[in-house]
Amino acid sequence: MGKGVALSTAEPMGATRWLLRGHSALVYAFFYAPIVVLAFYSFNESQLVGRWSGFSLRWYEAFLQNDNIQSSLWVSVKICAASTVISVVLGTLAALSIERFRWWGQKVFDAVLYLPIIIPDVTMAVMMLVFFGETAELFNVIPGVDLTDGLEKLVLSHVAFNISFVSVVVRARLANLDEAMEEAAADLYASRWQAFRRVTLPQIMPGVLGGALLAVTLSLDDVVVSSFVSAVGATPVSVYVFGMLRKGVSPLINAVSVVILAASMTLVMASLVLERATSSRKR
Amino acid sequence: MDVVVDPGLEHQAERARSRQGFLMGLPAIIYLFVFFVIPLGFVVMYSFATRTRTGRTELAGWNVEAYERLGEAVVRAVAFRSLWIAAVTTLLSLVLAYPLAYFISTRRPATRNMLLVGVMIPFWSNFLIRTYAWRVLLDSDGIFTRIMSGVGLGDGRILFTNNAVILGLVYGYLPFMVLPLYAAIERIDWSLVEGARDLYASGWSAFRRVVWPLSKPGVIAGSILVFVPSFGAYVTPAILGGNKKGLMGSYIVDQFMDARNGPLGSSLSVLVLVVMLMGTLIYFRQGGRSL
Repeated sequence: MGKGVALSTAEPMGATRWLLRGHSALVYAFFYAPIVVLAFYSFNESQLVGRWSGFSLRWYEAFLQNDNIQSSLWVSVKICAASTVISVVLGTLAALSIERFRWWGQKVFDAVLYLPIIIPDVTMAVMMLVFFGETAELFNVIPGVDLTDGLEKLVLSHVAFNISFVSVVVRARLANLDEAMEEAAADLYASRWQAFRRVTLPQIMPGVLGGALLAVTLSLDDVVVSSFVSAVGATPVSVYVFGMLRKGVSPLINAVSVVILAASMTLVMASLVLERATSSRKR
Repeated sequence: MDVVVDPGLEHQAERARSRQGFLMGLPAIIYLFVFFVIPLGFVVMYSFATRTRTGRTELAGWNVEAYERLGEAVVRAVAFRSLWIAAVTTLLSLVLAYPLAYFISTRRPATRNMLLVGVMIPFWSNFLIRTYAWRVLLDSDGIFTRIMSGVGLGDGRILFTNNAVILGLVYGYLPFMVLPLYAAIERIDWSLVEGARDLYASGWSAFRRVVWPLSKPGVIAGSILVFVPSFGAYVTPAILGGNKKGLMGSYIVDQFMDARNGPLGSSLSVLVLVVMLMGTLIYFRQGGRSL
């Protein structure tokens, strides 16, 4: 807003006003109530999910003692770390290339870069399955590469969608920046590399970190693509949990879910805080 | 003014700069070409390929059989059911999100930011687990079921029905609707509304004649962002749905996992892709921006 018109013009009066408030409160309740209920029941002592019989941490203990979940968590951490590092480097370079330069064919690249974001999970999963099915043998010819254990396939396909998300975040940051700073550095005889390292990079760092957090989140959350490319023995935690919860509800899954959700929410909040902290200075 | 600018030199510098930009993007270009464009090409090729008796897909004997099968009654039923579910999900999300987006955009900036973060957190949090939370609520002795039967709305059991899938999809994708709506409503110049009111428009007609038309780009953007993933949804029906093969996403997965029919699964994927591309085109035509 900020057009000098009082907010009161926009806000309806009388009963409508209270209806609007009530409705909004209900929608927020809709967003958060299921999560709260899930968290609540994860501390339930009972074997039956829906019947409360007392507070207990037994399901969290069971979670810590479950070897399958632990090893799948470890798989996830590895995939997550590798795919985030690769996609942050590639995505940041892509963002710089599109925002700061003009070159032939750029529009096409820009369009292709958007596709992994909007493509439905299932289609992306099918693409990866078919692709690795046809080409795994070709890749295995390269010395040191072995796609049969699935870990590499998971990393490769996570990078394929994460590059785009990282570049969107970094581009948003770059678009808000003043190019004058870089030009000033150039005027002061900084080499291009110096200007980049001393001026551009520190300024886009919040965007890069935000993109990295987003990549970590998406990599941890992905179920569909991962379940299509993961092999036996290298199951990421999301796929493992998906398999478990298709069978039905159990207090153990509740506990695992709460841990995953807490991790995911922490990451989201961290990236939002990063974004706010940097964009508020600008506005 | 005898400064001679050599146009050739300037041109050269410009070309060097453009080449530098291209080289910077090159790693990502190569990566996306190998691990996105080529896989996409394979799916398109598969959709025209032959299925052998053993269920393997042979890249030979090109035909359009897999596309002809899209017209079959079974496949059509799946497609229409998915379209219907996606449409209902979109409409429900719009009805829920519009008043909320309006409410958020008419708050003071500080409150507005907090309310937005409240929408963003579920937006990026683990989708699978959020869907599972509904499974717990809808279970036969879950809270939702007990409340519903307590109030007297049937026996309250909706788990494993299309209604449960719609509920889960609305829950999952509602933020996709709220955010573009908010962006559109927040941009509205409220002096126009004030003008309408000064000309004795009632609150309702000021909304209908001024606010609604101005917020339409947000309505369209949000609708597409909800419709497209709902149409191809896989996780939600798998957890909350009944007939696991009755919807597009699951039906495609089934073609690869159980039925071993690569060509049909691929032609279905191409269909989903076309729906997505059409949605995207409309989105950008309407002046939509990326989130």
